[in-house]
Amino acid sequence: MAKFGKKSNTSQNIPTAALPDIIFMLLFFFMVTTVLRETDILVKQQLPRAVQLTKLERKSLVSYIYIGEPKQINLYGKEPKIQVNDVFVEVSDIVQFVSQEKDKLNEAERDQITMSMKVDVESKMGIVSDVQQELREANARKVLYSSIKSVNL
Amino acid sequence: MARKNRPTAEIPNGSMADIAFLLLIFFLVTTTIATDKGIAMLLPPKPDPNQPPPEVTKNDRNIFKILANSQDKLLVEDEPLTDVFELKEMVKSFVLNFGNPGEEGVAIYNSLPSSMKSYVSLNGRRVDFSDDPTEAVVSFKADRGTSYELFVQVLDQINGAYNDIYGSRVGITASDFLQLDRDDPIQKRKYNNARDGIPRAISIAEPNKIGG
Repeated sequence: MAKFGKKSNTSQNIPTAALPDIIFMLLFFFMVTTVLRETDILVKQQLPRAVQLTKLERKSLVSYIYIGEPKQINLYGKEPKIQVNDVFVEVSDIVQFVSQEKDKLNEAERDQITMSMKVDVESKMGIVSDVQQELREANARKVLYSSIKSVNL
Repeated sequence: MARKNRPTAEIPNGSMADIAFLLLIFFLVTTTIATDKGIAMLLPPKPDPNQPPPEVTKNDRNIFKILANSQDKLLVEDEPLTDVFELKEMVKSFVLNFGNPGEEGVAIYNSLPSSMKSYVSLNGRRVDFSDDPTEAVVSFKADRGTSYELFVQVLDQINGAYNDIYGSRVGITASDFLQLDRDDPIQKRKYNNARDGIPRAISIAEPNKIGG
């Protein structure tokens, strides 16, 4: 019985001196990985699911085109629209957009520009292929149909 | 000399963890770990207005035709298909058919691992499918009214078939093939070995002006 009454002399405290360091480490991790959204997306973005996905290799060469039904239907109507940067554009403006994006790159890398098409699943092919024709016209032929990895296949 | 009893100049660091936590939670919430993945495609160059569109000289059997209409119904090799997911196997057996291989085709066939050779003798040698992988083209034509979802699914299936072929050529799975890092010389060689001689020939036709 005496066994239970015995008191141990070791202190029961967990040392908390290193806690801030641990937290700081986590903090730095998230600070480094975080990408603050620079554009407000004005269209619905439910990306399609697919299996055979490739990663984008160089982020600096990528420009984004968003296509989908506007989030504010009462303001912009229900028809799918094209958004680049922060604004809606018409199909005919795509060529200009691409050349603007190309101007930001080095001369040697201009041909490698990749357009990431973020298209909502409910869009129709009509608008997508219109954009594709413009991209061909603008000689930005590398296209990535952005999609989410599907799990159940 | 009597010293003044100065107050201690230490900053209390008991709340340091709290401050760090606050910042941590802020970045946790705002973070979106970049996950930009998708199906990569190369669009054809724009047509030269001075030249007439090139004549299609390929044999009909070397073109695997997929059509999608505005009701999201598929027509594959002139027959309706209800399940998109069957496409992958069909494309695979179409490309690996070796119906009437040319010189290059024979060389490719001889370079295949034995598992794929038995696949060919089991599924291949059909008269109505491609002569050999160098000749095979998968053509996909969507309507303006076809949903983007179906378009991506079909592209995914076609790419899946090709990645399966490339992967099993060098003895890895399709997903491992996709993850090959082309900056690494060993993996690059593997990638080139897998791709060698079998082009990923996917043709996306301009959609019809009907529907929408």
